[in-house]
Amino acid sequence: MRVQLKIKRFNPERDRKPYWAEYEVEVEPVDRVLDALEYVKWHLDGTLTFRRSCAHGICGSDAMLINGRNRLACKVLIKELGSRITVEPLRGFSVIKDLVVDMEGFFAKYRAVKPYLINDEPPPETERRQSPAERARFDDTTKCILCGACTTSCPSFWANEAYIGPAAIVAAHRFIFDSRDRGAAERLALLNTRTGVWRCRTIFNCVEACPRGIDVTRAIAEVKRALLFSEL
Amino acid sequence: MATVHRYDAVIVGAGGAGLRAALEVARTTPRVAVVSKLYPIRSHTGTAQGGIGAALGNMEEDHWEWHMFDTVKGSDYLADQDAVEIMCQEAIACVYELEHWGLPFDRTPEGKIAQRRFGGHTRNFGEAPVQRACHAADRTGHMILQTLYQQCLKHEVQFFNEFHVLDLLVEDNVCRGVVALSLADGEMHVFHAKAVLFATGGFGRMYKVTSNARSLTGDGVAIALRRGIPLEDMEFFQFHPTGIYKLGILISEAARGEGGILRNRQGERFMERYAPTLLDLAPRDIISRCMYTEIREGRGIDGKDYLHLDLTHLGREVIEKKLPDITDFARTYLGIDPVREPIPVQPTAHYAMGGIPTDVHGRVIRDEKNTPVLGFYAAGECACVSVHGANRLGTNSLVDILVFGKLAGRHMAEYIRGADFAPLPKEADGPAREECARLLASNGSESVARVRETLQREMMDKASVFRTQEGLEAMLAIVKELRDRYRRIRLQDKGKIFNTDLQEALELGYLLDLAEVTVVSALARRESRGAHYREDFPQRNDAEWLKHTLAYRLNGEFELRYKPVVITRFQPVERKY
Repeated sequence: MRVQLKIKRFNPERDRKPYWAEYEVEVEPVDRVLDALEYVKWHLDGTLTFRRSCAHGICGSDAMLINGRNRLACKVLIKELGSRITVEPLRGFSVIKDLVVDMEGFFAKYRAVKPYLINDEPPPETERRQSPAERARFDDTTKCILCGACTTSCPSFWANEAYIGPAAIVAAHRFIFDSRDRGAAERLALLNTRTGVWRCRTIFNCVEACPRGIDVTRAIAEVKRALLFSEL
Repeated sequence: MATVHRYDAVIVGAGGAGLRAALEVARTTPRVAVVSKLYPIRSHTGTAQGGIGAALGNMEEDHWEWHMFDTVKGSDYLADQDAVEIMCQEAIACVYELEHWGLPFDRTPEGKIAQRRFGGHTRNFGEAPVQRACHAADRTGHMILQTLYQQCLKHEVQFFNEFHVLDLLVEDNVCRGVVALSLADGEMHVFHAKAVLFATGGFGRMYKVTSNARSLTGDGVAIALRRGIPLEDMEFFQFHPTGIYKLGILISEAARGEGGILRNRQGERFMERYAPTLLDLAPRDIISRCMYTEIREGRGIDGKDYLHLDLTHLGREVIEKKLPDITDFARTYLGIDPVREPIPVQPTAHYAMGGIPTDVHGRVIRDEKNTPVLGFYAAGECACVSVHGANRLGTNSLVDILVFGKLAGRHMAEYIRGADFAPLPKEADGPAREECARLLASNGSESVARVRETLQREMMDKASVFRTQEGLEAMLAIVKELRDRYRRIRLQDKGKIFNTDLQEALELGYLLDLAEVTVVSALARRESRGAHYREDFPQRNDAEWLKHTLAYRLNGEFELRYKPVVITRFQPVERKY
């Protein structure tokens, strides 16, 4: 089928401001948006620039705004969108070129929540025991691939880029609710600030944006509740 | 002038092997840098699904000796048994270490790490499948990559993200660093180092149907070859039996570990005819060959080139809880619910057994006498220790990256303590700069995409699961022709900032080199062993071919040498499952 692909483009070496470019591409309904972008790059315009790697929704490289929603280009099929497709870079990050955005700030926030197991007790010779129920407690937030789709769909983040954002809270949640971790207090303190969890207004955009199906707003609410009621 | 950085250790690649090595070096060495062409946690380790093999014995009796036997037999006796012994012993500690670092393994009712069956892993030297693969749902690799990255953050390892390494600085058999292109601004950077480790992954992108990420173009392996290092056992490339039809996306062997069955158009469980004991859990080389045979004999689904992976008898609970990601893949890309319908699958190019030759300390060796290149290390898929021989068992890639990432890191740290910075060559970034300039200036009529597409299609046809002299010779001629066309490509993007047009051209250059060395090595090996199956020489021939290939490319000409296989505990016998 023929598809009209409209892409927001910007090359700082050439352009003073972003502009829309349109391409006609021949694709299958079961092709991914990524396939359409690659068709453009490989056959129409080699200067089109975007990130991609695994092409099946695991590496998190190709989050972008597709027909007004944050999606992974490799996880949305043409048939879901029809014959007119609009692609823009993620909102709220500065654009390096075309669909490539600067994610350094995003990763800095991830690093800020101490996203690693904190436990100074000497480990046993084999594994630390953890019951299946304890393991299930934080399962949802282990799925995060750090694609940035949630944070850049969040109006609270758009309004104030100092907000730590849903992705970093998801990373904190994954450890706060892990029975093996001892760092909950320090992480909760980091999140109990003006730029922390309280900036979340339960808008649920993050849940809709997450390509991994993580219930992000619930995770944030659980962190808020832990702060309010010390329910740990 | 290029910016020059100085680090004691430079690790190239931020997948499991690179990060595990970085952590080990960082224990004792303050200045460690990881240089990767991707952002962190984008690396391909993250797509590993089913599990990591280690004889923990949490579910039933198991021993590392059994794991070792399975690995050696799976390798069609080409693996070096001293290395396999170390790997299977160390696997256990490496898994516990990951758990201590927080990896969220699935758990048994008593809270231990849960384990499942996997292809070729057996109890008591081949009796029956054993539960050995330690798992976190079907995203074990994702969890490993995240856990290792998190530990690197904790230990303040320095990362250079989206820096594409283009050259290795080695002179007088001493490694001095690497040259990298910063994608964000197109500037060249020289990393001056006492020791360098390549953990740059595989090169499945030389085939049309592959489970491999777009980024898996064998950069490090090709760079080593260009710098005079031989490549070991490049004729052995694994095709995983269950890639999603046409897309090549992996459906984990865990699907069969949990009880999934392969069926042909008659609904027959055809593996009963080929591997009566292990059935659908026979090693990958064997199942992929059986699938091709079924398809050739007209028993593909609707007579086409795919078969069915049937999970429907497992029930919704098992499928959605234990295999959530692959269930999602089937639903997303095929519109198929594996709870109710079988999944169309075909073999997909998956894993390079061959690569940069190393010893068990990860030191890159340059000849059949195992002479190390001082300060140069390799680990993971880009390396060939060899623990996988002619065919890797499922889960063992994750074992390999952890065990040999760790051992290489340990040796690097020791080496660094006794070494000085060897001087950089003059104009260290000269060759990399020239290569980029040549590609940017080239003004022919060819495109990267068209040359790459031809390469991938022809390699799939002539150098994949079934091979013949005729086909391989034709492929060699095609590669030479593609090299000519490659010299006439024209890039559209001539800019400096994030030039992925240039990047894809550089990567195609690596793929062409590696396709050629694969074909040259495969042509020479006139026998069938593991993943290398020659229709014109269908038998394994231990008398002549129980040896590793070392392929050199010197001034454009290939020279093949061979080195013996290390055999300790298990004498080669015929391989039956």
